[in-house]
Amino acid sequence: MKVLLLSLLLAVTPVWAADSLIPKLDIGKGGKCVEDPQWMRMNHMHVLLKQRDETVHKGIRDGKYNLKDCIECHASTKDDSVIARADSFCVGCHSFEAVKIDCFECHSGKRKSTLARKDSK
Amino acid sequence: MSDMDSQRRQFLKTSVGAAAVAIAPGMLLFDMAHGKSEAVSSKVRWGMLIDTANCADGCNDCVTACNKENGLSGGLSPTDSQWIRKVELKDMRSGRSLALPVMCQHCSEPPCVDVCPTGASFKRADGIVLVDKHLCIGCRYCMMACPYKARSFVHEPLYDQKPDVPRGKGTVESCTMCVHRVDNGQQPACAEACPNKSILFGNLNDPDSEISRKIRTVASVQLRADLGLDTGIRYQGL
Repeated sequence: MKVLLLSLLLAVTPVWAADSLIPKLDIGKGGKCVEDPQWMRMNHMHVLLKQRDETVHKGIRDGKYNLKDCIECHASTKDDSVIARADSFCVGCHSFEAVKIDCFECHSGKRKSTLARKDSK
Repeated sequence: MSDMDSQRRQFLKTSVGAAAVAIAPGMLLFDMAHGKSEAVSSKVRWGMLIDTANCADGCNDCVTACNKENGLSGGLSPTDSQWIRKVELKDMRSGRSLALPVMCQHCSEPPCVDVCPTGASFKRADGIVLVDKHLCIGCRYCMMACPYKARSFVHEPLYDQKPDVPRGKGTVESCTMCVHRVDNGQQPACAEACPNKSILFGNLNDPDSEISRKIRTVASVQLRADLGLDTGIRYQGL
């Protein structure tokens, strides 16, 4: 029995080791992303940057890569935030990669629909 | 030419080609995804007509509504942001007094845009003057240039901003004519909140809009019209 367990453990170990390299994130509601998730991991910063200029300068607010829409899906279901905890959607990866996020010094990291509901109460 | 040089040139040529192929499909996708969205155009010029005769003494509803909509603290210290102020005037000779709200006048020749060293201060095609806080370095030249004292600087870190109104320390801000509401077809918060309907918001470029018709029929002035800034906000009964 012990041998069996040990061999099982050994067989599982490489998979578990690979998993531990990726930060465990609270992806919130999740669902289907506007792009392939792997593509988003690599390119979200570029599309957000482009969209931000379109919105601020040209007033185009229904773009596909909207920061508010990201937050709407990915804010935690527990605290409605993408930045509140160490495993929150944005913070999890950014602290793992040691990349500072400036977005939330000005932008709200909270889900808009929940805030609106609280305001109307 | 040495062998090393020719190899280097060949490498540069192929990498430029590869980069062009890599970028082109992305641009195409982006254009398709944004085909329907329309940018604001100069066919529209947003403006306001403020009727000072109807603006009640002591009423502060426009200021409160602005603070609530944009998440401002409402404090009055020199380091607190104020996007709109109630100004009270009194003619000492006649004793006539009146009150009026003053905010960013959304000039068509805005001095804040002229002096901005980074291009952060800009005028949108539809006449709304804004600060692109992504570009603002907080030098505050625009605050000095503005004859209406309309702009504020954020001195302290902020928390819990409104999702529609990002604001942050180290940048200059001012009335945005509630651009997030206007883009969704709503009125600015101050115009909606005024109990006497003394703030009329509309398109100055459309001759049939209510504001254009009223400007044609009643006398209205721009503040400091002598500066030739052609403001988007006009006052009636001043």
